[in-house]
Amino acid sequence: MNTAAIETQENYLNAGYGLKSWLLTKDHKRIAILYLITITIFFFIGGIFASLIRIELLTPQGNLVSSETYNKLFTMHGIAMIFFFLIPSIPATLGNFFLPMMIGARDLAFPRINLLSWYLLVIGGGFAIFAMLAGGVDTGWTFYTPYSTTYSNTWVIATALGIFVSGFSSILTGLNFIVTVHRMRAPGMTWFRMPLFVWANYATAVIQVLGTPVVAVTLVLVFCERVFHIGIFDPNLGGDPVLFQHMFWFYSHPAVYIMVLPAMGVISEIISVFSRKPIFGYHFVAFSSMAIAVIGFLVWGHHLFVSTQSVYAGLVFSFLSYFVAIPSAVKVFNWTATLYKGSISFATPMLYAFGFIGLFTIGGLTGLFVASLGFDVHVTDTYFVVAHFHYVMVGGTIMAFLGGLHYWWPKMTGRMYPENWAKLSAAIIFVGFNLTFFPQFILGYMGMPRRYHVYPDEFQVLHVLSTAGASILAIGYLFPMFYFMWSLRYGELAPANPWGATGLEWKMQSPPPVHNFDEIPVVTHEAYDYSTIVREGVEVG
Amino acid sequence: MAEQAHAPTETLALREQFNTAEQQKESSTFGMWVFLITEVMFFGGLFLAYTVYRNTYPVVFAMASTSLNAVIGALNTAVLLCSSFTMVMAVRAAQLGRRRALIWFLILTLFLGLVFLGVKAYEWNQKFVEHHVPGATFHFEGAAEQGPAQLFFSLYFAMTGLHALHMVVGAGILSWLLFHAVRGRFTAEYMTPVDIAGLYWHFVDIIWIFLFPLLYLIDRHMR
Amino acid sequence: MSEHVDSVKTYTVVWLILLALTGITTGVAYVDLGDFSVVIALLIAAVKMLLVALFFMHMRHSTKLTQLAAAGAFLWLFIMMAFTLADVWTRGLVGTQGR
Repeated sequence: MNTAAIETQENYLNAGYGLKSWLLTKDHKRIAILYLITITIFFFIGGIFASLIRIELLTPQGNLVSSETYNKLFTMHGIAMIFFFLIPSIPATLGNFFLPMMIGARDLAFPRINLLSWYLLVIGGGFAIFAMLAGGVDTGWTFYTPYSTTYSNTWVIATALGIFVSGFSSILTGLNFIVTVHRMRAPGMTWFRMPLFVWANYATAVIQVLGTPVVAVTLVLVFCERVFHIGIFDPNLGGDPVLFQHMFWFYSHPAVYIMVLPAMGVISEIISVFSRKPIFGYHFVAFSSMAIAVIGFLVWGHHLFVSTQSVYAGLVFSFLSYFVAIPSAVKVFNWTATLYKGSISFATPMLYAFGFIGLFTIGGLTGLFVASLGFDVHVTDTYFVVAHFHYVMVGGTIMAFLGGLHYWWPKMTGRMYPENWAKLSAAIIFVGFNLTFFPQFILGYMGMPRRYHVYPDEFQVLHVLSTAGASILAIGYLFPMFYFMWSLRYGELAPANPWGATGLEWKMQSPPPVHNFDEIPVVTHEAYDYSTIVREGVEVG
Repeated sequence: MAEQAHAPTETLALREQFNTAEQQKESSTFGMWVFLITEVMFFGGLFLAYTVYRNTYPVVFAMASTSLNAVIGALNTAVLLCSSFTMVMAVRAAQLGRRRALIWFLILTLFLGLVFLGVKAYEWNQKFVEHHVPGATFHFEGAAEQGPAQLFFSLYFAMTGLHALHMVVGAGILSWLLFHAVRGRFTAEYMTPVDIAGLYWHFVDIIWIFLFPLLYLIDRHMR
Repeated sequence: MSEHVDSVKTYTVVWLILLALTGITTGVAYVDLGDFSVVIALLIAAVKMLLVALFFMHMRHSTKLTQLAAAGAFLWLFIMMAFTLADVWTRGLVGTQGR
């Protein structure tokens, strides 16, 4: 197709202009873009808080901000990043955009509910931003009681309300995905012909539907406690603060799998395409997603090891926490086996995938460290835990998100991003990330507590390294923001299938038409069947 | 895309993401069931708190429970069960394309739901008068420690309150259904909204089926 | 959902059983059954729930998927309760201070 023709063909982006056509859209692709803009804003907000934290930690004295302010910084960093960036990220952007296409559907089962989901995220985010601007909240993103319910003088209710509302955004997205995958698959698209990205989002949706309501009702109780002093989490009135922790973590542990499962789905897609091989052990990878979703609900007590949770319960949770690592390991082994004897190309998405595999493995293995009850007693609430979860969330999920964004950018926008700048950014991010967070493992092991801004002098060197890394990481994240924007205007026009990938989304024009398929396809190929794919001349080395 | 042309009123609107009416109906129904799963977990959190605290303070919980009027509670339970009956009859009427029966059963269901809410309002007022509402004015005679007694009533109000909120939403949904039923929107081929509203209504009834014994009938034999 | 239309008789019988069970559970509450009281109460409530679900919510005619979804919800509720109670009920057993 020649340039002029590509530029003027009708697609979901140019079918209707004006604010109303976007704000009242029912098109899952447009909603995905709306989400992308929203979560990027929250990533920025969370990033600003992170920067302030890292700058403060350059020196052992707490001289940039007061302790009260520091409490607010790490709280709001966590809230912005977890609830308003990571939880929606991949499912609401890449999932929303591609899940229907991948199964041969014209849209999700409930497009209007999809739009409502976005509005709920925006409204919830609005409450959270209001709370941040009005003075902030200082309870930690975990809202432990009775501090959050009785003693904190900050904007707990507004923040809790924001999270509550955005929780329903997550629930509705999960509901939509579940019904869509069950009921909207094209003829011939059996469960085991679906791309693994769909399996990953499906498993994620199950978690969203089963877990999020619990944190929602927990926040309702926190609200009631704060306003009516009912005593439900207050020991003075007979309540149990540890009950809060049970209810909170019942969701918040599976929440981390909401954050990482879609990322793993992205990696499966990328590894396959850039090795030009089907994923090794497709069934194992598909089932491992479901296993992570299920087992992930059985381990929440490992966040309560140093509470008054009974020793017996702690033992059970510790034991089960080892199990949840197994399906993750299965995935890593299968990705590696896919690479073996594959025809590997090092396009930017693949670089992010390699980064993911390495960094997620480190993060996951350190998860086993903290799953051990005895070891966790020593490192809990230290930087060891902080490093662990940043390795999986940032080294894992964010790298996968960036990889997926680069991989699907040509399809979403009809433009190629500049490959050399992208590779450079990936390298900068990788270096910056490790420099930021590896020292934190050591810091934690040496005893540096988390959520402290004053620390002994001997920790300073490692903190300085970490902050230096953070500044490199920040630069690495800024580059894509610029070149992605640049590519919208000046990027090379993208063909339908620049990577020579399988999958129904690559069969249609870039950007896709409004209704995805003129005729619902009848699927006869297995997933990742490269025998019939011809790459359309985009050299990426 | 197929817009079935039934003159003059629109009966079945096949949404463009679906290929057949069957697919749309199955999706809507399954979607409502998935939503009910989330509701189970939502109420479930409160049931968990209840379980933990009843286990911790069995005697105080029993005393507090006895201060509720079991007869009124039982009668109100019966009212709600009757409304479930009328609701399923409404669904049945819709399945058979009987518009007038559908309308009458919807009205009955709505009426019974409102009766339930009215009785609830009366009960809550009783609790207010007796100073059993958690907060500054709370006082429960007979309990040495006020905290656990207040916990019972906090859970009572939270659980029945959340349930009542769902009833109010349900009443709104029934009104909407009534509005459209009167305009002839539902036929034997297209009654999915009635069907899934029925699922919601019955679910709210099931919640009450558990709330009643757990809140009203703790160790009644002790008094 | 199948086009299976249940009879008025079926619904009426279920409705009457539900009312009867409500009466029974209220009455039984006044009988001293010790720890069994709560078990009986929950059992009766469970039966009522099943009647409403199977007959009024048409679950006996629904797809296996719907039944699985409903069962899954209760399984998850059970998991949440069981593991939390596993903590609450075993506190103090080992004799370690504060655990």
